[in-house]
Amino acid sequence: MIDKLDHAFRFYQDAANLRAHRQQLIASNIANADTPQYKARDINFKDAMEGALTGKRGVILVTSAPKHIASPTGTGVAAGQQLLYRTAVQGSVDGNTVDMDVERNQFADNAIHYEANLTFIGDQIRQMRTAIQG
Amino acid sequence: MSLFNIFTVAGSAMTAQNQRLNVVASNLANADSAASSNGQPYKAKQVVFMSTSPTGDNGISNGTHGVRVSAVIEDQSPMKMVYEPSHPMANPEGFVTMPNVNVVEEMVDMISASRSYQNNVDMMNTAKTLLLKTLTIGQ
Repeated sequence: MIDKLDHAFRFYQDAANLRAHRQQLIASNIANADTPQYKARDINFKDAMEGALTGKRGVILVTSAPKHIASPTGTGVAAGQQLLYRTAVQGSVDGNTVDMDVERNQFADNAIHYEANLTFIGDQIRQMRTAIQG
Repeated sequence: MSLFNIFTVAGSAMTAQNQRLNVVASNLANADSAASSNGQPYKAKQVVFMSTSPTGDNGISNGTHGVRVSAVIEDQSPMKMVYEPSHPMANPEGFVTMPNVNVVEEMVDMISASRSYQNNVDMMNTAKTLLLKTLTIGQ
């Protein structure tokens, strides 16, 4: 019963985790807008989400000491996403590839997707409650 | 909760930009200081930004980077020589060594720093909204 509930919410939970992770990546891009040699990073949300849904959760933790705990399935959605480098539209002299227009755009876009995701979760919880209470 | 990390990242950037703004203020204020505290003409200062990699609870970097000011360097460009024979610090030829502060450059730097600061404040506000919305899940 409980695992069915968990399964019902799994999709939106994974999506929210990924969105939060991506929000954080874009935040660090904006924070480093003036840092020389900084390269803007991002994840491919589609690939990451597909990876999360098929249970292929990115990297597996390396166990290099006997006391390390092995993780056959990896840990968490955001743990093993492949970080990509953003292609700079206009390169700059100091080697920084943060384009503020692109980053602000993606930041707002990601925030709205995250909020939408929260709304979906809320709706689903309400549906579940209606089903339970009748 | 990874959204909390945004506060750390944006906070570090705000501190760094604030320091840059401080240096700009110092440069502009001393644009005409023929002698600074060490007796020499004031030299323009510049901050150097460096990205830092905070590690998560598990000790593994999660790909996010904050910023910190790694050094404050002195501008090595030549000093301005101003012809002013009546000045008490003028050399025998009548020239006074003035600071190498480029006021136009400093003004541009100031605008850039304040814009970056604003960006980071916006970012924090967005993260705050998202977090508060997250807290209302299921209500």
